[in-house]
Amino acid sequence: MRRVVALLMENQPGALSRVVGLFSQRGYNIESLIVAPTNDPSLSRLTMTTDGDTRVIEQITKQLNKLIDVVKVIDLSDEDYLGRELLLIKLELTKEAEERIKDLGGDVLFKSETLLNAEFVGNSEDLDKIVDTLSELNLLEVVRTGLSGISSTSRTLTI
Amino acid sequence: MSKEKLSGADALMRSLQEEEVDLIFGYPGGANLHIYDALFNQQAVKHVLVRHEQGAVHAADGYARSSGKPGVVFVTSGPGATNAITGIATAHMDSTPVIVISGQVKSHLIGTDSFQETDMIGISRPIVKHSFLVKKAEEIPLIIKKAFHIAVSGRPGPVVIDIPKDVTDPGYEFDYSYPEELDIRSYKPVEEGHSGQIRRAAKLLLKAEKPVIYSGGGVIQSNASQELIELANLLNFPVTNTLMGLGAYPGTDKRFIGMLGMHGTYEANMAMHNCDLILAVGARFDDRITNDPAQFSLGAKKIHIDIDPASLSKIIKVDVPIVGSAKNCLKQLIRELKKKKSKIDKEKINPWLNQIAEWRCQHGLNHNMLDKPTSNGKILPQQVIQSLYKETEGNAYVTSDVGQHQMFAAQYYHFDKPRKWINSGGLGTMGFGLPAAMGVQSAFPEACVACVTGEGSIQMCIQELSTCLQYDLPIKIINVNNSALGMVKQWQDMQYDGRLSQSTYEDSLPDFAKLAESYGHVGIKVENPKDLEPSMKECFKLKNKLVFLDIVVDQDEHVYPMLEAGMSMESMWLDKETKTWE
Ligand SMILES: Cc1ncc(C[n+]2csc(CCOP(=O)(O)OP(=O)(O)O)c2C)c(N)n1
Ligand SMILES: [Mg+2]
Repeated sequence: MRRVVALLMENQPGALSRVVGLFSQRGYNIESLIVAPTNDPSLSRLTMTTDGDTRVIEQITKQLNKLIDVVKVIDLSDEDYLGRELLLIKLELTKEAEERIKDLGGDVLFKSETLLNAEFVGNSEDLDKIVDTLSELNLLEVVRTGLSGISSTSRTLTI
Repeated sequence: MSKEKLSGADALMRSLQEEEVDLIFGYPGGANLHIYDALFNQQAVKHVLVRHEQGAVHAADGYARSSGKPGVVFVTSGPGATNAITGIATAHMDSTPVIVISGQVKSHLIGTDSFQETDMIGISRPIVKHSFLVKKAEEIPLIIKKAFHIAVSGRPGPVVIDIPKDVTDPGYEFDYSYPEELDIRSYKPVEEGHSGQIRRAAKLLLKAEKPVIYSGGGVIQSNASQELIELANLLNFPVTNTLMGLGAYPGTDKRFIGMLGMHGTYEANMAMHNCDLILAVGARFDDRITNDPAQFSLGAKKIHIDIDPASLSKIIKVDVPIVGSAKNCLKQLIRELKKKKSKIDKEKINPWLNQIAEWRCQHGLNHNMLDKPTSNGKILPQQVIQSLYKETEGNAYVTSDVGQHQMFAAQYYHFDKPRKWINSGGLGTMGFGLPAAMGVQSAFPEACVACVTGEGSIQMCIQELSTCLQYDLPIKIINVNNSALGMVKQWQDMQYDGRLSQSTYEDSLPDFAKLAESYGHVGIKVENPKDLEPSMKECFKLKNKLVFLDIVVDQDEHVYPMLEAGMSMESMWLDKETKTWE
C-alpha cells in the first residue's frame, strides 16, 4: 500500500543522507522524496512516498524517529491529507498542444518559436493520466517533483 | 564559568576532562597530531597506545561494558578511521557507548581526494548512533557534550566525531567555556513506562501459570539487575538470559534456567516454546533467539519492555509493548504488583517450575565434566571452561572471542553479576576478546580478567599482546585450541557432509606459548587432560603476568543444544545423533 510519510529534521548537512541511508540500509523503498527548508530556517521538511503494510510503515516511522536529527515524523496517509505534486513538461509548440494543455488544466509558462513549457499541479494519479494523454503529442521532456503533502485534519507537523 | 583562550585541540582535551574521561585508547597519525600534542600537554587523561585501531575501539568498548562509563578512542584520518570501523560496528550492534574521535584532513582539502582522506561520516553512518563533523574550533565543547549525552542515554551506542586538522590548529585560539546544560530538541528518550501499559502488564503477570522472564543486554545497560531479581522473587518466575544478558540474573540462582536461543539450554528453549507468558526485558527477539518467528512461542502472551520503540513489535508482535528503561519499568511493575500483593500466588507456578526441572534432568547441560576423563584422552572444550570457572570461583571478568569457545563459555561459566561477561553478541566479531580484555583490565587494574578465545580469533588481534606488555595488563588468555575454525567446521560437519572447506590450517599454526614469550609474557601449553587443572591454577597464580594458556582440545566436539534453522525453539539437536523433532 502506498504511504506518505512527512517529517521535520534539523536543517543540517548530513541529516538528509541519514534519512536516505536508512531506507537503503533497512531495505525500504522510496518512491519519491521531496525536501526543503521550512519557514523556520533551522528545520527542513521532507515528504516521502513509500509502500508497505502497516507493520513496515510503523517500523519506518520508528526508525526515522530514532535518527537524532529527526525532530518529528508523521504518517500523513494515516488520516485525511492533501497530496500534491508539480509536473513540468516541454513540448513542440503547436496549436493542438496549447489547447490540450488548457483542457487538462495546465498553464503554459513559456513559449519560444518552436517549444513550450507548461506546468500542472495535482495528485499523483491525475498527473499520471495527464502524462498518458500528453504522450500522444510530441512530448520532449517530463519532470515531476514527487509528492508533497499536508494533513487535512487538526493534526500538525510542527514543533 | 570563566572564559579562557584555548586552541581546538586543548579545548577537546578540556572538554573530555569535563566529561570525566580518564583513559583514551588510540593511535596517532598526521590528521590528529595537534590532538596528540594537546594530550601530551596535560596529565588528567591517560592514553593507551594500541597496535591496531580495531583494538582501540574494542578496548574502549570493553572498558565501557565493564565499567558502565563511555569508552573513548582517538584515531587518525583515512586508514586509521577505516581500521576503527569493525570496532564501531561491534559497539553499534551491542548498543555500547563508545566515542570515536577521528582526525580528518584539513577542511579545505575535504572532497579533493587528498592524502589519507576518507569520508568517515559517510562510511560510519549506518553503524553509529550519531556522528558529528566539526566545522570550527568553537563547536568542540558543545559537540563533545552532545556526543557523550547521546552515547550513554536512551539506547546507548557509538558516536563518531570527525575533526579536520585545521580545527585543532594550535595557532588559533577561542574563548573556551564548557556548556552546563544541554537540550537536544530532536532527542528525548522516554525513560518512564506508560502507567496504563504497566497496569496491563501486571494483570497478565498475575494471570500467568507458565511464565518466563526473558531478559537481555538492556537490563545490564540500564543497571537493572536488582530490579530483575526482585521481580523474579516476587512472582516466583523462572528467568532466562540472552547471550548479551548473562549475569543480569545470577547464573547460580535456582530460578535461572540458563541462556536461551541458538545454543541455549534445552530447558530454556522448551520453556520459551511452551510458556503462556513471556516478559521480555531489554531483549530484542533477535533471530538467534526466536528461530522461525512464525513458529515462535505461539501460545504465549507477550510483554516487551525496551528503551527503543523501534525494537517493539519489530520481529514478534507483542500484546503489551512498554517503552522505557528496563530499570524504571521494572521498578514500576514491582510497585504495581506490590499493590496487588494478595493476588500473587507463588504456588501456582510450581507445576511449571517442576516441568522445567524435569526438562533440565532430561537434557540439561552437564556441569561436572571435569570429574570424568574422556575416553579418547583428549581435553574437551567444555572442561576448559569448567576448570576456568572453578579456578576463578566465578569471580572473573570473562571476555570472549567468537566461535564454539564463546558458546561454551556462555553455557558453562555461571555469571552471578552483571558486566562480567563481555562478548560480541550482535556482530560476532572475531578479534574482540583480547582488546576488550585490555579495556576491562584498564578499568579494573586489580581485577581478574580472562579472555576465552580460539586459535582463529586470537590471531585477528594478536598484535595487542605488545600493548599488554607496555601497560602491564596481566590478562589471562585461555586459548581453546581446536586447530580449526571450530564453529565453521561444526556447520560444515552438520550441513555439508563434513566437507571442511577452508576451516583448518594444516600445520601452519604458531606455537602460541612461545609467541607469548617473545612478546614478553608467560606462555603455557597444555595437551594432557591431567595437566588442565594444575595449569589453570598456575596461570591464575601469576597475578601480575599476562599468561597465554594454550590448551589443545578435541577438534571434533560440537556445541549443543543447537536450534534447527527454520523451525521453532523446540527443535534442537542435542548431540551428534539426537534431535528433538521427527
Ligand atoms: C571477523 C570474523 N570473520 C569470520 C567470522 C565467522 N566465524 C564465526 S566463528 C568462526 C570460527 C572461529 O574460530 P576460533 O576462533 O578458532 O573459535 P572456535 O569456533 O574454534 O572455538 C568464524 C570464522 C566471524 N565471526 N568474524
Ligand atoms: Mg578454533
